[in-house]
Amino acid sequence: MVEARFRRGDRVHVRAAYPLGHIRTPYYIRGHSGVIERLCGSFGNPEELAQQRSGEPKQPLYRVRFLQKDVWPAYRGNPGDLLEVEIFQHWLE
Amino acid sequence: MSEAGRYQPYSYFQLMEVSLRELLVEKGILTEAQVAETVEDMRQRSPERGARVVARAWVSDSYRKKLLEDGTKACEELGLDVPALRLIVVENTPQAHNMIVCTLCSCYPRMLLGIPPDWYKSRNYRSRAVREPRAVLSEFGLFLEEGTAIRVHDSTADMRYLVLPMRPAGTEGWSEERLASIVTRDCMIGVAVPKAN
Repeated sequence: MVEARFRRGDRVHVRAAYPLGHIRTPYYIRGHSGVIERLCGSFGNPEELAQQRSGEPKQPLYRVRFLQKDVWPAYRGNPGDLLEVEIFQHWLE
Repeated sequence: MSEAGRYQPYSYFQLMEVSLRELLVEKGILTEAQVAETVEDMRQRSPERGARVVARAWVSDSYRKKLLEDGTKACEELGLDVPALRLIVVENTPQAHNMIVCTLCSCYPRMLLGIPPDWYKSRNYRSRAVREPRAVLSEFGLFLEEGTAIRVHDSTADMRYLVLPMRPAGTEGWSEERLASIVTRDCMIGVAVPKAN
């Protein structure tokens, strides 16, 4: 199991990477910055599981909080509107 | 198939399902009875389960706290078995409204809400809920106050989400059963709010 590197409140950046395969990091959130809302636990790496492999070592999974207006430049709505996304640690820096 | 009427050939996916199922049975990996039992089990799950959880949280503050702390455990307390489901319950307040989507596929708390509605799986809902949630909500007939922030939860990996709506005014003294009756599926996805009829 991989050690959790981030804590609640830490500022993180989602890697702007575009590999092929079964990726659970939504395209729209790559390259954006947010704040760790919580650590959800550790889970099998879906990119490995999708290839029929073991998914080990398990990866820490976080809920990361983004401001809508940071993600969508033309966003209209309350400036406090949020978007929370589950992201695996190996996608965060 | 005992449906009367004209003959309709199987669609591609129906044919695939039948072929796969028959092969699994033929090879002794599954039995027909197991398949039937699982299908029946899935059919039994309905939003009434989630509504029971919400109603309990409305009448018991200690249960509400437990539910927000550890959704899976709180459901077990009501006899709702939620295996392999890590449930995160998000609470609506006058300041913040929650809404659930799975932009990647159709992750959904099936153990509590049953089978997701077709719109939840549609490309339209999945792509727009994260970028123009207010427009999407208005199409469901839900208009939030200016000052209410929206929190959209994209269910992208191993967690499943349930919205705990606000208990509407005018429901004072209602029984848990009566409260549960106004908690609809859409209220627990966050595209509607419960109303005291």
